[in-house]
Amino acid sequence: MVLAGVLLITPGSAGAKEMSPTSPTSPWGPKPTKAFKGDKCVEPVDVMRRDHMNYLLHQRDETVQQGIRGKKYSLRQCIECHAVPDKQAGGERTVEPFCGECHKFAAVTIDCFQCHTNKPEKVKSTEALPSGPLPPGHPTMNKKTSNSTNTGSWKKKTLFAALDPALQQGSTCNVQVR
Amino acid sequence: MLKPTVFDQITDKAPGYYVVVGLLAVAIAIGLVSAYTMETSGHHITGMSNRIVWGMPHVFAVFLIVAASGALNAASISSVFGRTFYKPLARISGVTSIALLIGGLSVLVLDLGRPDRLIVAMTTYNFKSIFAWNIFLYTGFMVIVVVYLWMMMERRMARFTKAAGMTAFLWRLALTTGTGSIFGFLVARQAYDAAIMAPLFIAMSLSLGMAVFTLVLFSIFWWSGKPIGSTISQRLGRLLGILIAAVLYFVIAQHLTNLYATEHHGIERFILIDGGVYTHLFWWGQILIGSLIPMYLLFKMAKCPCMVMGAAGLVIVGGFAQIYVIIIGGQAYPLLMFPGMEVTSSFFDGGIAAYAPSLPEVLLGLGGGAIALLGIALAVKTLPVLPHSLANADIDPDYTPPPEPEPEPEKEEAAGEDDEAPEAAASS
Amino acid sequence: MSKCAKHCPEIAPNDAQNAIDPGRRRLLAGAGALTTLMLAPGVSLMMSGAVEARPAGVAASAKIRWGILIDVSKCPDGCDLCVTACKDENGWQETGRAETNVQWIRKVTLKDKNTGAIKTLPFMCQHCAEPPCVDVCPTGASFKRADGIVLVDKHTCIGCRYCMMACPYAARSFVHEQVTNQKPHAPRGKGTVESCTMCVHRVDKGQIPACVEACTKAGNRTMIFGDLNDPNSEIAKAAGQHLTTRIRADLGLDPGILYSGL
Ligand code: HEC
Ligand code: HEC
Ligand code: HEC
Repeated sequence: MVLAGVLLITPGSAGAKEMSPTSPTSPWGPKPTKAFKGDKCVEPVDVMRRDHMNYLLHQRDETVQQGIRGKKYSLRQCIECHAVPDKQAGGERTVEPFCGECHKFAAVTIDCFQCHTNKPEKVKSTEALPSGPLPPGHPTMNKKTSNSTNTGSWKKKTLFAALDPALQQGSTCNVQVR
Repeated sequence: MLKPTVFDQITDKAPGYYVVVGLLAVAIAIGLVSAYTMETSGHHITGMSNRIVWGMPHVFAVFLIVAASGALNAASISSVFGRTFYKPLARISGVTSIALLIGGLSVLVLDLGRPDRLIVAMTTYNFKSIFAWNIFLYTGFMVIVVVYLWMMMERRMARFTKAAGMTAFLWRLALTTGTGSIFGFLVARQAYDAAIMAPLFIAMSLSLGMAVFTLVLFSIFWWSGKPIGSTISQRLGRLLGILIAAVLYFVIAQHLTNLYATEHHGIERFILIDGGVYTHLFWWGQILIGSLIPMYLLFKMAKCPCMVMGAAGLVIVGGFAQIYVIIIGGQAYPLLMFPGMEVTSSFFDGGIAAYAPSLPEVLLGLGGGAIALLGIALAVKTLPVLPHSLANADIDPDYTPPPEPEPEPEKEEAAGEDDEAPEAAASS
Repeated sequence: MSKCAKHCPEIAPNDAQNAIDPGRRRLLAGAGALTTLMLAPGVSLMMSGAVEARPAGVAASAKIRWGILIDVSKCPDGCDLCVTACKDENGWQETGRAETNVQWIRKVTLKDKNTGAIKTLPFMCQHCAEPPCVDVCPTGASFKRADGIVLVDKHTCIGCRYCMMACPYAARSFVHEQVTNQKPHAPRGKGTVESCTMCVHRVDKGQIPACVEACTKAGNRTMIFGDLNDPNSEIAKAAGQHLTTRIRADLGLDPGILYSGL
């Protein structure tokens, strides 16, 4: 894990001052596309960067072998939040851009999406995709939202957030609007 | 008293050595490409299906693995049973054995649905599975035979040879029992559910391994112009003949016990009488070509190495037929789920499953064979594993020269290119 | 609501019914009457074969033995609702190559060789208590969950197909080609073995398997799903009334799929 971290920073911080993936603002190596939904990840971002594979693999075994469900590191949940419009899939939302970003950089290949769909669950018509602005920094969206620098604020305004009770009312749960 | 055996590599007399190595490498490359194609497009491009789940790759793999164990015969006989006559053959016997095993395992692994997960197979085990045991049996066998070879080739270690040989011998029995049990433990299928599978596989390994070994040995000698006499030909030939008979005995026992139990009449009828290709393969392939004709050749005219080679070739053909009938014929026969009922469904329950081997599978299997042969070819070039001569005068203690003796070049201390070249093994 | 407070830290933000469930729970706290209305569609699922949802974070229990009782006499000829429902739920479909098709469930037609009587029945993984597929699997990918459901852990399956050799029911399929457009709850992919999961993802949510639901909804009521270990369950009661058959009972595998009227 440490090795991977080193691997990740070294090229990204070439010549620059020491930067670690644990510092939340560090412009380390790859910059994964912003989450589509939610304000916070299931763990602090620096923890996620480092340990997401362990969480995923651990929960995977628990879910499949013992039937433990509903815990927070569910691959399906990652997809719900992290699926972003994907040019390669004709603009449909998939997680490939997000997961692929760092993995390409770190030369990691994951086979998860040979079986797991990389798309979020089909939304019903009432839960249609937001017509509001998409994450700033997303390649397809850069032009439209180039003036939006306030990361995270766009979500509150979206139709999606308005329709998603979890996002609207959550206070005891992980997903919450600050 | 016999002179100590002289070991050396294949001589430069072997014409076109690098051409042969090149051809084998090409065959391996083709096998790898086939495996890659099977993996990327999916197994639907093979003849295998959800009814015939194991196909041609498994026929090749089982053949090579079973033969690997049997190829060690000569070494076992010399080290374990103390027959000095076989001692000159022990090294090449060990080499052939390892090479065949590597070839067989490669095919098995490359046919997996997810060969990329080999690491999973090597790290997670279900110890109730014969397959998991076999992973240990196979890797362990390789290690043991390598050590055994080292003991044989290193004079300082010679005193451990017997112990190493004994370990290898017991291990190979376990290995073939394990391979046979892969099928013997399948209670679900009429064709397999029988304890006799394990001893049958041991007998098959003895005879198929001996056949491959003899063919390889004689071919190399013939190819590199080394002397080979009628004594060795007769000895190996007679042994092979006896081993074929042993297999026949188990095959007869297998079918007779099945015929005794009414519930197995269906499968017996299928294999022996009306199973189409499987019946033909059984009677013509396994029994006639693979057993009766070679036995005749071996018991009647084994003096000539060419006859023994021919017989060994036929045994190999028959062995393939036999394994094909066991693996594929056994699956083609429908599972008996509703006795007394005629069963139909979208899954073709109740019908004989069709299978036609496809090119990629066969090429993958041949690639495995090529891996084995390439391994042998490289070993005989680089290591002193071949006896210098198998002429009667050099191996038979009771040999009395005939009126016109074959001239034998005596190169006791012939200089080789590298240090480990011709080396005399201690013989007692 | 206490349930929420207890489980939320653990619970995924928006699981299962996609963002609706956690929301619902919170709504429950606020508006009771309205909530009942909103829950109605969920409730209807529970009617056939009352099964309790396992709370989040809890492992399957060995006290339970899930099973299905199939009353063959009620299974209409030519009906394949259960098969279609399974395909819809789990996303497997015909590939055009019959012999390499994946089949999690199939209709089998039996004809008595002596009397000529004909009967059809649904047939799938029999979820044995002593599953041979589990015994032979080299990596332990084939396993039996505590509650009796026999599954393939596709994360450790290497595609050796030994389980398919060992299964007396030919219930397992190998995925022979690339799969796309999988259902989010039913991941599937080339090179691994799969079979009926008794809709484990539904059962864990308190729903019944898709085949049983379709059969029940159509009014056939051929299949009853439930806990064989619970003497008060519908399935245990029904199984107690008539003699039931286990396919290939001679092998002593104790399947969890029982047939009556065979
Ligand atoms: C509730 C929605 C949500 C869920 C569920 C979720 N994430 Fe996140 N994730 C976020 C947000 C928001 C961030 C913060 C960075 C951002 O805005 O993109 C983030 C950040 C991350 C990062 C760091 C990205 C970076 O910028 O370096 C990783 C890695 C990550 N998530 C992985 C996962 C994985 C793996 C899962 C599934 C176990 C998951 N996330 C589940 C919303 C979510
Ligand atoms: C912040 C960058 C980043 C993001 C975003 C990211 N990953 Fe990773 N991931 C990594 C790195 C780095 C590794 C390699 C760790 C190692 O080799 O120990 C890795 C490894 C993994 C592994 C283990 C692979 C293996 O074979 O060991 C899995 C599984 C994984 N990631 C899943 C995901 C998923 C799913 C997502 C999208 C939801 C995702 N990752 C997003 C950086 C990232
Ligand atoms: C060969 C197919 C296959 C591959 C490849 C695969 N999975 Fe799965 N995965 C499954 C199946 C089947 C399930 C069980 C779904 C269920 O029971 O709900 C599952 C369930 C899971 C779960 C629990 C359910 C959930 O959504 O939280 C996690 C986590 C998971 N997989 C993670 C991964 C990760 C990470 C990878 C890549 C390293 C991966 N899987 C690769 C087939 C696969």
